[in-house]
Amino acid sequence: MSSLVVLPVLLPIVGAALSILLGGSRPLQRAIALTVLSANAAMAVVLLVEVDRDGPVSVQAGGWAAPVGITFVADRLSAIMLVVASLMLLAVLVYAIGQPGAERNHVGFQSVYLVLAAGVSAAFLTGDLFNLFVSIEMMLTASYVLITLGGRLDQVRSGMTYVVISLLASVLFVALLAFVYASTGTMNLADLSTKIADLPAGLRSALAVLMLVVFGIKAAIFPLYFWLPDSYPTAPSPVTAIFAGLLTKVGVYAIIRTQTLLFPADTRPTTLLLVLAAATMVVGVLGAIAQGDVKRILSFQIVSHIGYMIMGLGLFTVGGLAAAVLYTIHHIVAKTGLFLTGGLIEHAGGSSRLTRLGGMVRTAPALAVLFLVPALSLVGIPPLSGFIAKFALVDAAASSSSYAVMAVALVVSLLTLYSLMKIWIAVFWSPATEPLASPPDRAQGEHLGGPLLMVAPTAALAALTVAIGLAAGPLYDLSLRAAADLLDPSAYLAAVAR
Amino acid sequence: MTVLLASTAAGLFGIGTYLVLQRKLSRIIIGIALLGHGANVLMIGSGRAGNAPIVGNGDNADLADPLPQALALTAIVISFGTTALLLALAYRSWLLTDDDEVQDDVEDDMIARRGMPDDDLADAGDPSDPDDVHPDDPHPDDVRAAGSARDADAGDRS
Repeated sequence: MSSLVVLPVLLPIVGAALSILLGGSRPLQRAIALTVLSANAAMAVVLLVEVDRDGPVSVQAGGWAAPVGITFVADRLSAIMLVVASLMLLAVLVYAIGQPGAERNHVGFQSVYLVLAAGVSAAFLTGDLFNLFVSIEMMLTASYVLITLGGRLDQVRSGMTYVVISLLASVLFVALLAFVYASTGTMNLADLSTKIADLPAGLRSALAVLMLVVFGIKAAIFPLYFWLPDSYPTAPSPVTAIFAGLLTKVGVYAIIRTQTLLFPADTRPTTLLLVLAAATMVVGVLGAIAQGDVKRILSFQIVSHIGYMIMGLGLFTVGGLAAAVLYTIHHIVAKTGLFLTGGLIEHAGGSSRLTRLGGMVRTAPALAVLFLVPALSLVGIPPLSGFIAKFALVDAAASSSSYAVMAVALVVSLLTLYSLMKIWIAVFWSPATEPLASPPDRAQGEHLGGPLLMVAPTAALAALTVAIGLAAGPLYDLSLRAAADLLDPSAYLAAVAR
Repeated sequence: MTVLLASTAAGLFGIGTYLVLQRKLSRIIIGIALLGHGANVLMIGSGRAGNAPIVGNGDNADLADPLPQALALTAIVISFGTTALLLALAYRSWLLTDDDEVQDDVEDDMIARRGMPDDDLADAGDPSDPDDVHPDDPHPDDVRAAGSARDADAGDRS
């Protein structure tokens, strides 16, 4: 049981090592990666069921008791995130295997991808602030390699921005760790939550703001979002999809975890977070409207939707946090699905520019469906997952009388619809305005709109957004229980101290 | 001692910040390295100072706190790896462009251009400005290996 808390981290690392050794054989590498990630998904589901039934579980590395040893702990929030993340990692891996390009041409793809998986799992499961730094670094270092895979000029240019910004965030993180250790003498999250309460108010809010900045860069909240729309679109499409789905959410998870667990209830920065959330939503969606490229529109929308999650956190009520959790689940699935469809559009149309694509509702009708389902879900059309998540969020905002941010959220939904319909009309309905000189040759049997291995995971994610919408009741109840745990961390603290 | 460490960290952070704000990639990389050192010095300074932390080396209360040192070591290893990767990227960028400068985002320029009135566009189309993007320029997708196109500009900018 308790080994389930560490295995999702260890297994991918072992898999990555094996995968390097077997670099000569792509089929063996694929078999390892698929096995490891399927096992991870299965373990994550079992972990979620058990944690939901019996409360949080923890493991102390090396058997040293809590404040000394390195703690791994799974509560409902981390288990939920782990389930969604491992499903996405699996779906995107299948897609990458099916796509001609990134995965086939690079010996290291599978290993680096598994390291990324290990870093993401470790970030969700760790109960130690320094170990959170190490996990995030592990994830980011893998992402530096993936984002510049291919080494083209535009990738190197945007990859450089991405790496430099991430390294600056890491430097700030190390400084944060130094300040936290100097003021409390511990790195354990559970231990910190009792010791930070005794610090002077000024020091406490300095730490809280520094944490918000460090994780805000990773999560791309306003005004620290500028690197994201620049760097994500140049990577190969499966890489962009997994980045869009998971990397920013690790930042959001870290913000939710630190702001709820570490700081006492009466000093929570509600107004600050709500203002940042509203600004993130508005700036992101306005950026998306201005773009003329499928991947860039989708990238700006990531920024916009991070705002919704921060808004749920900023309310600091059970309803608000539950909505934030539900929104994160929905957004990971819908956004990964949309980016995978974006990759299929690029594959079938030969470009991702709106002006060069057109009429695909006739040439690739399957893609039109695969785009429309997650797109409408992102906007929040019932009965898809986005409707439930947005409804929960707006409901929570209304019951805390935060009407201003609620209005912003609703208007931004409308603008999201506008920016997505811009893609829909340009890519699927209208003819291309500047047709490509040489249209890409379609391989045999691509009536689906792409190779089967690319279409199948995309379709699975589209089906998952529908399923989340249909299973909204149980999922919302689960999110409510996760949110209640966050606001009352006594079970978490007890699990770590045990 | 703490004051010395703190002022060293402050100096490293200051110089690092200045270097990161430059346009040359080599300076940015050195700046990142200095910032990393500053953070590590800060980390070392966060624990109690004292004798070498070995059991039996005098009274336990006089020993230095070993944890921040271990943490700083981990952070150094991580920054070693990422700096190496950054250098490789900078080298790749230099191979592709023959230049050491951070480049503007072509796509951003194209979008900014759409918001300009027509007569500003005429001014902005100065061929001597290499950051300019012309409406009939190929899309960045098409200039994937277009390092050679910028060679002519590299000379008069550095």
